[in-house]
Amino acid sequence: MTVVDPDLRVVKTTCAYCGVGCGILATPDGRGGAAISGDPDHPANFGRLCSKGSALGETLGLTNRLLYPMIRCGKGTMERVAWSDALDHVAHRLQHIIARDGPGAVAFYLSGQLLTEDYYVANKLMKGFVGSPNVDTNSRLCMASSVAGHRRAFGADTVPGCYEDLDEADLLVLVGSNAAWCHPVLYQRMLANKQKRGARIVVIDPRRTDTVGDDDLFLGLKPGTDTALFSGLLVYLADNRVLDRDYIELHTTGFDDAIARARSIAGSIGATALATGLPEEDVATFFQVFANTPRVVTLYSQGVNQSAQGTDKVNAILNCHLATGRIGLPGASPFSLTGQPNAMGGREVGGLANQLAAHMGFTPPDIDCVRRFWKAPRIATHEGLKAVQMFEAIARGEIKALWVMGTNPAVSLPNADGVREALKKLELFVISENVISNDTVDAGAHVLLPAQAWGEKSGTVTNSERRISRQRAFLPSPGEAKPDWWIMGEAARRLGFGAAFSFASAADIFREHAALSAFENVGARDFDIGALQSLSDSDFDAMTPVQWPVRQGTEPQARFFAEGGFFANDFRARFIAPEIPALRTETSAARPLRLNTGRIRDQWHTMTRTGMSPRLGQHLPEPFVQVHPDDAAKYGVTDGDFARVTTDYGQCTLRVIVSERQQRGMLFAPIHWSEANATGARVGSLVAPVTDPFSGQPENKATPASLVPYEYVFRGFALSRKPLELPAHAWAARVAVKGGHGYLFADNADVAGWQSWLKSIARDDLAEYKDFGGGVYRAASFDGNRIDTCLFIGPARDAGDWNVVKDLFAADTLGHDQRRMLLSGKSVDGLANAGPIVCACFGVGRNTICDTIAAGARSAADIGMKLKAGTNCGSCIPELKRLIAQTRADGSEQRKLAATH
Amino acid sequence: MSEPLVIVGNGMAAARLVDELAKVALGRYAIAVIGDEPRLAYNRVLLSSVLAGETTSQDIELRPAAWWRDRGVTLKYGCVATEIDVGRRELKIENDESIPFSKLVLTTGSSPLRLNVPGADLAGVHTFRDSRDVDLLLTLAAQKKRAVVIGGGLLGLEAAYGLAKAGAPVTLVHLMDRLMERQLDAPAAALLKSLVESKGIEILLNANTASIHGETRVEAVELADGRRLEADAVIFAAGIRPNIALAREAGIPVNRGIVVDDHLQTDASCIFAIGECAEHRGVCYGLVEPAYEQARVLARHLAGREASYSGSIVATNLKVSGVSVFSAGDFMGGDGSEAIVLSDINHGTYKKLVIVDGRLTGAVLIGDVADALWYHELIRTRQPTARIRADIMFGRSLAIRSEAA
Repeated sequence: MTVVDPDLRVVKTTCAYCGVGCGILATPDGRGGAAISGDPDHPANFGRLCSKGSALGETLGLTNRLLYPMIRCGKGTMERVAWSDALDHVAHRLQHIIARDGPGAVAFYLSGQLLTEDYYVANKLMKGFVGSPNVDTNSRLCMASSVAGHRRAFGADTVPGCYEDLDEADLLVLVGSNAAWCHPVLYQRMLANKQKRGARIVVIDPRRTDTVGDDDLFLGLKPGTDTALFSGLLVYLADNRVLDRDYIELHTTGFDDAIARARSIAGSIGATALATGLPEEDVATFFQVFANTPRVVTLYSQGVNQSAQGTDKVNAILNCHLATGRIGLPGASPFSLTGQPNAMGGREVGGLANQLAAHMGFTPPDIDCVRRFWKAPRIATHEGLKAVQMFEAIARGEIKALWVMGTNPAVSLPNADGVREALKKLELFVISENVISNDTVDAGAHVLLPAQAWGEKSGTVTNSERRISRQRAFLPSPGEAKPDWWIMGEAARRLGFGAAFSFASAADIFREHAALSAFENVGARDFDIGALQSLSDSDFDAMTPVQWPVRQGTEPQARFFAEGGFFANDFRARFIAPEIPALRTETSAARPLRLNTGRIRDQWHTMTRTGMSPRLGQHLPEPFVQVHPDDAAKYGVTDGDFARVTTDYGQCTLRVIVSERQQRGMLFAPIHWSEANATGARVGSLVAPVTDPFSGQPENKATPASLVPYEYVFRGFALSRKPLELPAHAWAARVAVKGGHGYLFADNADVAGWQSWLKSIARDDLAEYKDFGGGVYRAASFDGNRIDTCLFIGPARDAGDWNVVKDLFAADTLGHDQRRMLLSGKSVDGLANAGPIVCACFGVGRNTICDTIAAGARSAADIGMKLKAGTNCGSCIPELKRLIAQTRADGSEQRKLAATH
Repeated sequence: MSEPLVIVGNGMAAARLVDELAKVALGRYAIAVIGDEPRLAYNRVLLSSVLAGETTSQDIELRPAAWWRDRGVTLKYGCVATEIDVGRRELKIENDESIPFSKLVLTTGSSPLRLNVPGADLAGVHTFRDSRDVDLLLTLAAQKKRAVVIGGGLLGLEAAYGLAKAGAPVTLVHLMDRLMERQLDAPAAALLKSLVESKGIEILLNANTASIHGETRVEAVELADGRRLEADAVIFAAGIRPNIALAREAGIPVNRGIVVDDHLQTDASCIFAIGECAEHRGVCYGLVEPAYEQARVLARHLAGREASYSGSIVATNLKVSGVSVFSAGDFMGGDGSEAIVLSDINHGTYKKLVIVDGRLTGAVLIGDVADALWYHELIRTRQPTARIRADIMFGRSLAIRSEAA
C-alpha cells in the first residue's frame, strides 16, 4: 500500500488528464496539497504543462470526496458501512444474480482514468472468472473508432508513430481535433515545429477552433464528410502518381477495392468539394500539399472517432498513409490523439467489450491462450456489449448488476436521460468513486466504494505514443479510500477466485500484465512488454517512462510498419473500402440544426476534478451553445442570452455565444456540465445514441436539434464559503472560485423571493442593497471582515460584475471602503475617494482634508480657505483641528525616522 | 453718514449677516448688535461638542472681538432689548436706553419648550439651548448625576450624547415610536437608536412624560404608563419656540414666527427678521443653513441689490451623537414612489433614496453621508436620475463614470 515519503520530496508522476501523458513533479506541502510543475525529463512534455495540468494543485481538496464505503439502506438513504460489509454485500448480490440469470446479467463499466493495473484486475475478474464479456469503458466514447480502424488496417490496435514525428513532420494535418484546447502540450510542440522548421498546418473541422492559426489552411467541411475528403485525397494521390507502389505491393492488400470505392465517393477535386462543402481551391491546395510533402502526420481525434462512421473515417485516413508508405517513418504517420490519461492502458489490458486481453480478441486461439495463462476455465468466449448497447441492455432489464468505476455515464453517454432512467432499473448498482455525489451516483447507486484519487493511487498509464509512465502517490489516502485493484481483488476473493487475485501491490499486477503480453507472443502481437515482467518492486517504483513494445531480448522500437510487418496472418495491412459518407440521422423542419459537442480548454470531462479549480473556472464559467450569426438571427437568439436546444432525446438551456467560427446550420455545446454543477446543461442528454457498426462509438457530434430563445428576466450570482442549494426555479452553473463556491444563475422568479432565500442562509452580519422597483437585490453577509455569502441579482445587464465581486470574495479581509462599495457590484478602481465625510455642509472628506494639510494647511481657517470645510455650520472644526495635529505628528514622526536613517 | 442698522440677537444668523454685509455693503451701515447672551457670538451647533468635551467653550466663538471691531460693529451683549418703537424707529433696551435705527433686523432665535407637566418648575429641570445651559449640564455630569433627557429629536440626542460623554448616566425618553421622526424613517431611526445606545445611553420610546417628582429638586420622572425613572436632573429638549414677543408687542404680524416676505421683510418696511425667529412662507426653520441663506439674501437686499429668498429645501446634515445623519426631501416616500435602500447595520450604515417619476425626491442617510450633498443637489434640481439609477446609491463618482461609459 501507498506510503508517502514524510520528507515531502518531489514525486514524479503523470498528469490526470488527457492522453498526452505529461510528466509532472508533485511536491506535497504536508497539509494535503502539493506544488505541481512539469517534469523536464518526461519525453511527453519536457517540463511543459497546459492550463489544466498546471492547476492540478487546486484540485486536491477533499470537498465532495467519498471517504467511506456506503450502502443504500432500507429507508433509501446512503449509510456508512465497513469495507468488509460493503464487499460482502457486493459479492453476495453478484453471486446471486449470476447464479440466477447467468454471467451475462452483470457488467463492468470502466474508465480511461483507471490505472492499467486497476483495468487489468477488473478485466480479468469479469472476463476470466465471472465469465461475462460485458466489460466496457468510457474510452468507447473516445477512441473506439481508432481502435477498430487500427485493427482493421493493421491487424492490431497499433499507434504507428510517436511524438517526435510532430517535431519532424513538414505537414501536420489535424482532423476533428481541437488540439490547441484538448492536447495543448502537443499542439505547442507542433507550433514550435511550424516556427522553427516551417511545418505547414492544415486543420479539418466543421468549427474554426483555436487550433486554426491565421496562416494555416482551414478546411471547414460539412459534418460527417471526412471520408469524402480523404477518399478524394486517395484518388488525387493515385492520379498524380504519388503512391508508393512498392509499399502497396509488398505490405498491403485491398488497394484496388479501396481506390475504386474512393473514386465512387469523390473521384475528383470537384466531386470532393461538392461532397464536403469546401471551396475547390482549398481542396486542391490540401491535396497538393499532402501529395508534395512526404513527411506528413495526420492527427485525428473525436471529430473523426465520435461518428457513426468513425471507423471508416479512420480507415480513409489510414488508406492515404498506407498508399504513400508514409507510416512509421520519422515525421510521417497517421496519429490518433487519445483523450484520456489511460485510454491506451485500457486498450492494452483489453478493457473493452470487443477485446479479450493484452491486444488479443475473441478468436479461439486467443481465448485459449488467455484461458491457460489466467487458469480461467469460465472465460468469456464472445464479445460483450459496448457502452451504448450495454446501457440499452440495462434499460431492457437484461443486465441486472452494474459496477461503474471512475466515470460518470449519466452525464457522458448519449441519451443520458435514458441512461439515468436505465440505471434505476438495476438490481445491483455499485460505483467505485472519488466523489460522494455526481449524476451517476445520484441516479440511485446502491453501493459506493471509495477509490483512491489521482495523487493517491499508484500504478501505470500509457499515453498516445504508447509510452508507459508511472503515476505515483504523493498524498496519503483520505478516509478509507483504497486502490481500485484492491477493491476488485477483495470482491474476487469473496466470489471464490482468491487464488487468481492474490495481488499484494500494483507491481504484482503489472508483472502479470507484462507476462501475459509476452505469453506465447513470438512477435505475433504488437503489444509486448515482456521485458518488464520480472521488474522488482523497487524497479517498478523507479520505472522511467518507456515506450512499448519492450520485448524480451530486443531493442526498443519507437515506430511501427515502415517496413510492413503488420499483425495479420499474412503480415499485410488492409486497405478498407469505406461506406459512402452519410450522417446516421436526418435534419427536419422540427430539428433543422445539427448539434456538435466537445470540450473546452480549461475543463475536463464532467468537471469532478477541474470543477474544483478556481483558475480553471475563469475561462468559460457557464455552459453555452455556440451559434453562427445567421442562425442566431434566423432563430431569434442573442449573444449572452439564453436558448433552449432540443433534440429527440432531451432538452438543455444554455447561454448563447454567437460566433462566426461556428458553421451555419451547426451548434456547438460543451460536454462538461451536469446536474451536479448546472441546471439543464447536461448535453449528453441531447445526443442521439446512434453508433458506429464496427467500433460502437456513438455519433456525438451531429444530432439533429432545434434552437429557440429562452428569456430570463434576472441574472445573478452567488458566492459562499460553503456549497449552496440554489432555489430550484433558477438556472444555475456552479463555478469554483478562490475561497469557496460560486454560482452564476438566471431566473424569472420574484427578486423578493431571493431575499428570503438569502436571509435563510446568511449570517446575522448582513448588508443589503434593495431596488425592487428596478429588479435589483444584492446582499452580503460577513464573518468578521470577510465575506461569508453574497448574492447579486438584477436585470440581465445589471446584475453586478462577477469578476470584481469574486476578487473581493477571495480576499480574507475587506477594508472599510471595499465593504462600503461591495454591493455596487462594480470596480471602484480609479474612482476618486474622498474618504469619510468630515465637513457635512460642503461634503469634504477626510482624505481630501489630509491631503490639504500635507500640502501646507496649518489651521482650520487655512483648510476653510482652500476647501470651504468648516466655514458653514463649523461643527467639523474640532475634527479639522484634530486632523491637523495628527497629520503634523505623523509628519514629524516620519521626519524623525528619516533623520535616523 | 452711514445708516444705523440694528441687529437684535447675537447668534449665528447675526454674525453671518454682519459678514455678508461687510462683503456687499461695507460702510453703508453703522451696525449695532444687541444680544442678551453675555458673550461674543458663538457656534451654537457646537454646544454639544463642548458638552461632550470634544472642544472648549472658547473655541466655539465664531469671530474674535477684533473681527467685529474691524467691521465697525457696536456690540452690546448681555443686554436685553425690551421694545421696538416702529413709528420712531427706535429700539429700547433694558436700561431704558433707546437706540435709533434706520433698519432693524430681528435675529432673536428661539427658546426651548418646557413641557407643561407637574414638577416642570423644580430645581434640576434644565434646557439645552445656550452656553449657560452647557455650563450647568457640565457641572451635573461631573457629579455623575443621573440625567433624563426628554425629547428624541436632534437637540435631545445631542444633549444626551454630551452628558453621557461628560460622564453622566443618561436616559432619553421620547414620545414617539422612533427617534428624529421628522427626519428619519423607521429603519434609519432604529439604526440611530442602536448606535446611540452603543454609547451607553438608555433610550425609551413611546414614553410620555406625565410628571416630574421631587420635594424641592428633581428626584424622578414618571411616565404615563406608570414607569418611574430616578433622576437628579431633567433636560427638556422637546422642541423650540421662536422668540417673537418683541415683534408681537411692536404690532408686527406674527404667526408661529415673525412673518417675513421674500426680502425677509416684516410687515414694517424697515424691520426684517431672519433665522429661527422668522416665518417665511409659513415655515419656521430650525437649522443654521436656512438662516445663512437668509442672511445672504438680506445682506444683498440691504445693499440695494436684487435678491430674493424663496425658501430652503431643508436637509438635515449633521453628526448626531457622533453619528453622521442626513435627511432631505420626501424621505418617507408615498404612493407612486420607489425606494432604493442600502443597509449595512453592523457597519452603521443605512441609506434610502426615494424616487418618483425617475427623479430623486428624498433621501435618508445614516453613517455613510459621503454623497449627501450630491443627493441634496439632485433633489433640489429635480434632475432626471433614471440613467444613473443603478449607481446612484454608490455615489457620484461611480455614477458619473457609468454614465460616461
